[in-house]
Amino acid sequence: MALTIATRELDGVTILDLSGRITLGEGAVQLREAIRELISKGVKNILVGLGEVNYIDSSGLGELVSSFTTAKNQGADLKLLNLTKKVQDVLQVTKLYTVFDIFDDEASAIASFK
Amino acid sequence: MDSVAEIEATAEKLTQAVGMDEDESFRVVMAVREAAVNAVLHGNSYDPTKQISASFENTGKSLVITIADQGEGLDPDKIPDPLAPENLLRGTGRGIFLIRSFMDEVHFRQMHPGTELTLIKNLQPAAGTSADV
Repeated sequence: MALTIATRELDGVTILDLSGRITLGEGAVQLREAIRELISKGVKNILVGLGEVNYIDSSGLGELVSSFTTAKNQGADLKLLNLTKKVQDVLQVTKLYTVFDIFDDEASAIASFK
Repeated sequence: MDSVAEIEATAEKLTQAVGMDEDESFRVVMAVREAAVNAVLHGNSYDPTKQISASFENTGKSLVITIADQGEGLDPDKIPDPLAPENLLRGTGRGIFLIRSFMDEVHFRQMHPGTELTLIKNLQPAAGTSADV
């Protein structure tokens, strides 16, 4: 299943609702391009919803990290929302769980950008 | 990447056939996919004239998956530690770490040319049985 990305805005935060797989050859590039486009438009608050992402490989992790770094370098914030257990496990094993701000509910995530 | 998808699908069928639980199956399939992607991307450098091969075996005690490429070979000891603070924000370099994290044994063999990676996952005995009396 390819990656689908739905974009919405709430209280000054742009939310990317991802669904599918973030892998090499599938969603990783889509994710990169979506976030880069937001940053190029001057978006400063980005929340990536991963509740419907059932698979992420090392390339997908790399793109998440690269997007985080790019956002930081451009003065933007990128945070994660609703990790599935599988994605959470992978982030924990790779210690990337310590890099990102991760939230279980959208309201708290939105409030954290203020 | 079609071969990667095929290898991933075969790995998934194998884990289901031995009744592996969903979480464990996910880890094994992920490790196998990472090995296949590495073979295509880094081993064969995406060269369409080079092939990767994969074999799958259930020994009864473990699943043994072997993936080989036709590239120039690699030294796994030279791969930077992705958990090191200076590497944590790198965009690449986590594939072999994930393979080692999710499998019980990982063996590299230089084929000259190419690299062969053997991934081993030990199978749990069925509930209600015991290995020793």
